[in-house]
Amino acid sequence: MRFGEFGGRYVPEVLIPPLEELERAYNDLKEDEKFRRELDYYLRNYAGRPTPLYFAENMSRELGVKIYLKREDLLHGGAHKINNTLGQALLAKYMGKRRIIAETGAGQHGVATAMAASLFGLEAEIYMGAEDYDRQKMNVFRMRLLGAKVTAVESGSRTLKDAINEALRDWVESFEYTHYLIGSVVGPHPFPTIVRDFQSVIGAETKRQILEMEETLPDAIVACVGGGSNAMGIFYPFLNDKVELIGVEAAGRGIETGKHSASLLAGSKGVLHGMLSYFLQDEDGMMLDTHSIAAGLDYPGVGPEHAFLKDSGKCRYVAVNDEEALKAFALLSKKEGIIPALESAHAVAYAVRMAEEMDKDSIIIVNLSGRGDKDMGIVMEMMA
Amino acid sequence: MIDKSLVVFFTASYPSPEKTVEFMLTASEAGADVIELGIPFSDPVADGKTIQESYVRTLKNFRVKQVFDIMKAFREESDKPVVIMSYFNPIYRMGVRDFVERAYSSGVDAMLVVDLPYDEAEEYADICSSIGMDTVFLAAPNTSEERLRAIDELSTFIYLVSTYGVTGERKEISPLAFEALKRAKNICKKPVAVGFGVSKADHVRQLIDAGADGVVVGSAFIRIINEKGGSAVEDIRKLTLNLKSGILGSY
Repeated sequence: MRFGEFGGRYVPEVLIPPLEELERAYNDLKEDEKFRRELDYYLRNYAGRPTPLYFAENMSRELGVKIYLKREDLLHGGAHKINNTLGQALLAKYMGKRRIIAETGAGQHGVATAMAASLFGLEAEIYMGAEDYDRQKMNVFRMRLLGAKVTAVESGSRTLKDAINEALRDWVESFEYTHYLIGSVVGPHPFPTIVRDFQSVIGAETKRQILEMEETLPDAIVACVGGGSNAMGIFYPFLNDKVELIGVEAAGRGIETGKHSASLLAGSKGVLHGMLSYFLQDEDGMMLDTHSIAAGLDYPGVGPEHAFLKDSGKCRYVAVNDEEALKAFALLSKKEGIIPALESAHAVAYAVRMAEEMDKDSIIIVNLSGRGDKDMGIVMEMMA
Repeated sequence: MIDKSLVVFFTASYPSPEKTVEFMLTASEAGADVIELGIPFSDPVADGKTIQESYVRTLKNFRVKQVFDIMKAFREESDKPVVIMSYFNPIYRMGVRDFVERAYSSGVDAMLVVDLPYDEAEEYADICSSIGMDTVFLAAPNTSEERLRAIDELSTFIYLVSTYGVTGERKEISPLAFEALKRAKNICKKPVAVGFGVSKADHVRQLIDAGADGVVVGSAFIRIINEKGGSAVEDIRKLTLNLKSGILGSY
């Protein structure tokens, strides 16, 4: 139920029974042959798994190390989010829930939720901060086209954190017939575990693939961390191996400016959204406004398992600012013909930085968690 | 603390610490038996729009320690019991022991932490008990008998949430509330106060008639303050008198 001291279930009493119900259902189903087979079927045939582990020749030549990209950007919907939404939507269906709610920041998780709901014939309502709603009109349209109801959240800072607040308020009223399909390894127990398990398919595949291609494990794996689901997914199967695992947070305009989202590097322990973890908060425990060029990293907290992995020294966490991420975005596009999501570009940027200090032929795997098509508008503005 | 009691909720420092003290005194004189003092929080997931709005406005110029100043000023004039209602993070951030000690010495009688169910509250409950601070835990219509017993054990009174939802005024008391109240009264030894969606004298009467030991009214007061700010005093007096008639009339 906890990762060291982190995690837990800090929710109003009314949410305890639905969380217990979810935990029971998940524990029963995760080993259930029929459920596993069905999920596997949709992951393959609907989402497009397994995704390639691509040897990035040009980047490797340029950097003098071997760079591999785990191509989650090739999945249906354009990001790793679908791994989790298919798993949880199927779980919801098995639990007899007819409706799904979710929060979304930039809209990737909202789109992936709308897809899974449509596939399994479930009603979907997506909460989106009003600011994101205005910035990401295209994703709002996509979600509606997929049959979801999209609700703009006007409260608080009008971003992802407030969308989670509103989804929780909905769930308190509707849990009898609604599953809250949370999009990252955050929230009260058992959500961080469920999302990590559904995302671990990334790491399990990566391990098989790299052993096949290189006959050895990589030296390092790099992934971006907002809430932390793509990082948890690729790290988890490697936790007991001799592989350096590096999570990259968003330094935004620079950690010293206060306009960033690096909760592990610059935050302090706190309790929000049902979990004890690291948060960007003021002296009185009020959450601060965050910033990143990548909307998917723009969250004042982080999953509790990352907090534990940081404090126990099992993983290393670093930060990359907006400018470096944009450079990496352009570099990967130009060198490999692959446009990464701005979130994933943070991981690419750190791989570039660390390559300088690594021996020739070291192997670095970057989790390319999403594709960059969604970011064209913002990048055009920045580069203009 | 709770015996056919009217519990009135105010947001601390809304619209100012001085006005909060004045509101608390006004409600007390007009018949409130217990005051619940809410600590504004940036992410109040259990609250509806009315209380959210009061928190957002207050947080523009708020420090948690103002709560202790409000308490000290109130205690100079009144000995009515006061329960702090807070989310856990502001308490955790100050340090649980530090917070509880300061609250206790400023005259707070009990604390209710909305997002701290008893299974996460072991250390908190130990600290409160060592200092002499009473604790109140929430129960809901879907709370199991086993959990109700544990909540009863740890609480000076039980705060029963009337429905599945967040705080806020509602036209009617949900049928769930009456079922839940009956169950809670059968299982629990401590008094049971019902809150969430209680906003009219008629609601108060129905709940007291159904066996509630107390009722909590929040959003109805906060709506007045949202509309009238510091000049809400007279309306607060009238609403308190009116709600109290729902209790007195049922004797």
